[in-house]
Amino acid sequence: MSNVSFGLTMLIVGMGGTLATLALVALLIHLITLFFPVRDEKKEEKDG
Amino acid sequence: MGDAILGGLGALFEGIRFLFAHGGPNVIMIAVACTMFWLAIARGVEPLLLMPIAFGCLLVNLPLSEVMDAGGVLNTLYAFGIGNELFPLLIFVGIGSMTDFTPLLANPRLLLFGAAGQVGIFVTLILALALGFSKEEAVSVAAIGACDGPTVIYVSNMFAEMGRIPTAMVGALAVAAYSYMALVPVIQPPIMRLMTTKKERAVKMPSPKGKISPAALIAFPIVVTVVTGIIAPKGLPLMGMIMLGNFLKVSGVVPRLVNASENEIANVATLFLGLAIGGTMAGQQFLTRETLMVFALGLVAITIDTVGGIFLGKIWYLLSGGKVNPLVGAAGISAYPMAARIVQSEGQRWNKQNFLLMHAMAANTGGQIGSVMAAAIMLSILKGMGIL
Repeated sequence: MSNVSFGLTMLIVGMGGTLATLALVALLIHLITLFFPVRDEKKEEKDG
Repeated sequence: MGDAILGGLGALFEGIRFLFAHGGPNVIMIAVACTMFWLAIARGVEPLLLMPIAFGCLLVNLPLSEVMDAGGVLNTLYAFGIGNELFPLLIFVGIGSMTDFTPLLANPRLLLFGAAGQVGIFVTLILALALGFSKEEAVSVAAIGACDGPTVIYVSNMFAEMGRIPTAMVGALAVAAYSYMALVPVIQPPIMRLMTTKKERAVKMPSPKGKISPAALIAFPIVVTVVTGIIAPKGLPLMGMIMLGNFLKVSGVVPRLVNASENEIANVATLFLGLAIGGTMAGQQFLTRETLMVFALGLVAITIDTVGGIFLGKIWYLLSGGKVNPLVGAAGISAYPMAARIVQSEGQRWNKQNFLLMHAMAANTGGQIGSVMAAAIMLSILKGMGIL
């Protein structure tokens, strides 16, 4: 593989892959925070 | 008897004879070591790393030094912890346990800055190839753009062990990476001012939601390890160790292990790693044209990282109708928490009411994940190409 095609492959797949993976992780973090919301302590005390 | 005495005396002066005959590069490297001592002690530049690196450099450059010969102390340390990538990974456990990902969990979109902050890696890779570096050398040099010493050592040493890059290059790369990490407060602010308008720099961002549930904090390192490990398994040791350190911390049940990760393990690994890296800086192998090019390309990499982050910040500023301060993008590199603090101080410089720290911390921790992810993806691509 020539240096030009190697460099371009790394740029496109590497940068694209990093961006896509981090976007996926960001989405998963959002889902995690939805799945495990902060509990309202005052409400819990009232319920308790 | 007389001959024996003369022979013995001659042996004592052999070092001086060597110094005069072939010791030019050694003298230069001893001066480099002394400069590093000065930077670390008088200027406070990354003393944790520069002190052992400089001492290793001093030891290996003394005439007739055997510290890097087979069985020598630095060679043993190198084989024990760098040749097999153990020390950088142990340091990652410490970094993970010292990092607070709460701001990132409060505003996960800012993780994208952590991707933009890696653009320097890939642009530098192309530049290095254009300058005549081999593919493996170019990848190693580009890794400086990760702004992350252990990642650079991990990646470059992998090639050094395979004989694809000279061992001395690992030392040059490590010193360049740590030097530029320390110089982030000097490198970034001029770029920030050059790329943004006063109006953009003064943008106030609302405080992110402060609380994140403990369960979310615990789930985060597990999810990140699993997802990134599936996508880029070659980088699993890097991401796995940083997330292990963080998992220990947020679990709240192993304070002794957290304490050991943050202190004893990270400190011992840092000392040994620094010494062994210093040991690769023997003048005859270190003082080459390639070393100078490594330093020049490292600067380019970190500059482009900053440009990439701010560029995404400017796009975000436009798309959000002026609600995102583009300066936050500059924190999307791995130099934690230094890059975030620079964004905070630059923001306040142009608007005293501006508190960008939490946003910048989110981008900065995103940069940590991003740098490891970029390295992991590069290694996985190389494996796919049959190079690794």
